[in-house]
Amino acid sequence: MTVYFMCFFLFLVGLYGIVTRRNLIKIVISFTIMEFSVFLFFALIGYVENGVAPILTKNLPENPVFVDPLPQAMVLTAIVIGLATSAMLLAIAIRIYKKYGTFDIREINNLRG
Amino acid sequence: MSSLVPLYVILPLASAFLIPVFGRLVKGFQKALLTLVLLFLTILTFHLIFGGLKEPVTYQVGGWSPVEGIPIAIYLVLDGLSAFTLLIVNLIGLLATFFAISYIKRYTAQNNFFALLSLMIAGMNGVVLTGDMFNMYVFLEIAVIASYALVAFGIEKTELEASFKYQVLGGIASLLILLAIGMLYWKTGTLNLADISGILKEEPPDLFLTFTQILLISGFGMKAAMIPFHAWLPDAHSSAPAPISAMLSGVLIKAVGIYALLRLFFNMFALTYEISLVITVIGALSMVIGVFLAIGQWDLKRLLAYHSISQMGYVVIAVGMGMILMVQGGDRSVAALAIAGGLFHMINHAVFKGLLFLNAGAIEYVTGTRNLKMMGGLFKSLPVTSTTSLGASLSISGIPPFNGFFSKLIIIVAAIKGEFYLLAILAVLVSIVTLASFMKFQRYAFFNKSTFSKKIREVPFAMSLSMVVLVVLCLALSLLIFPGVREVMLTPAVDVLMETSNYATIITGM
Repeated sequence: MTVYFMCFFLFLVGLYGIVTRRNLIKIVISFTIMEFSVFLFFALIGYVENGVAPILTKNLPENPVFVDPLPQAMVLTAIVIGLATSAMLLAIAIRIYKKYGTFDIREINNLRG
Repeated sequence: MSSLVPLYVILPLASAFLIPVFGRLVKGFQKALLTLVLLFLTILTFHLIFGGLKEPVTYQVGGWSPVEGIPIAIYLVLDGLSAFTLLIVNLIGLLATFFAISYIKRYTAQNNFFALLSLMIAGMNGVVLTGDMFNMYVFLEIAVIASYALVAFGIEKTELEASFKYQVLGGIASLLILLAIGMLYWKTGTLNLADISGILKEEPPDLFLTFTQILLISGFGMKAAMIPFHAWLPDAHSSAPAPISAMLSGVLIKAVGIYALLRLFFNMFALTYEISLVITVIGALSMVIGVFLAIGQWDLKRLLAYHSISQMGYVVIAVGMGMILMVQGGDRSVAALAIAGGLFHMINHAVFKGLLFLNAGAIEYVTGTRNLKMMGGLFKSLPVTSTTSLGASLSISGIPPFNGFFSKLIIIVAAIKGEFYLLAILAVLVSIVTLASFMKFQRYAFFNKSTFSKKIREVPFAMSLSMVVLVVLCLALSLLIFPGVREVMLTPAVDVLMETSNYATIITGM
């Protein structure tokens, strides 16, 4: 159970980073930490104690216990989507740097929410 | 029939691929292709709605049939509610695309614009059709990543800043949704909405499930820009090019926000009183705070964006009232009335807010400004724009005989019948403040003394035509209140939400 809470703690670390950091790149890094904590959570869901890979081979043990392959498939999809999101975020961050000449969000405040 | 369902995703996805490939070679290819695709899908939706969608249609992706009654394929489900939302997505998408044909001349990289727009529509159609939790997440990300890029399309300072803000908040929302999907899979061992619903029914609600529901409400609430999570909306919606603002405000927040919430909380989870109350309170807050934030705005598009928050609040309170009545075992006909009002307001809002953003785009196209203080006297030089925007303004402020009046009336009548007197009073008050705010828009934009020295001419034909079609729809949708039309379009959608367990029964066949 501890490992799940540590995973959730990592999620909160990422969230804390997004809220407190002032640098656009650091915000992107915090976002990625948060993202990977969720991926880790998915990997944990699929894990079964003493399980083997769900592949039919000749020398399987008696009454094998398989790990769940579906969360792994999902996490692969989610990583690809995460790649798209990170690429998009970094592309915009670089464009902002070109326009404003800074990564500091205190100086990038034309809009008021 | 069922083989037509995947076309909603395949056609826009294919055109998103074909546009960058052939767009360079053939002139006008990108505009023609996307318009034709959306025209076909709109006609198909009308055909499905009016041609008798008696039974929900399901399609199993890849042809994987259920094993021992357990669905293993990804299901695409087309029932009353999906058909209703698909109509909103494709109709507004068609008109926004048609508007963009002329409007896009202000920008370069037209191929990218139309490719991203069709990607966004493919994503939204997917979210609406899918019957699988993880597939919903994938389509949702397709739609929102395309919209992040479209918000930044102008690549000026404000656009980039708005897009970054939108991406960070939208990304957090997506992660909350993904976490909730993971937790649901952990508990139930399946991703199919119908299957999850069947498993959850046998288990008593516990803290774990409540936590998952809170995660989903925050995630989809952020996508729908409900009030505690609204900060990104005014920036993103006002910075995007006008047809995209119309799509974001008119369609995206409904398809990936409200629709997903409705589908999950009515058809997947068992309704609980606490969750219904939370949803109603969030809706009421959005309705009231949104309009007060709107009234002080001088940037036309920001004003419209804040009104989107407020008007979505109407939809959410209506649905929330329906949920509370159904949980407490109140009068089911009143609950049905409230939900019908909510869905009716959803399609109305898509039409009039889409039109208002197109009007704002037309004004910006000819005058080059969005600041209301710098406009004035445009009534004579822009007859089509000013007439259509008057229609839309009357519609959003709830003046008969426009559609906004009837949907607000249904919501208020349902609130009084269901004894939610506070909500009824708030709904009326917010409607009055909305009227005041749109009188300000009309007065400053069209009737004050003109401040423009150069001659201003009416916008091109394609832009005028989409605005005229939308204002006609504003009037025509009032017909939905009459029996005969209501039974065909609105009632099937309401029935899906009222008969909460039917959805699961039809798909798993149990």
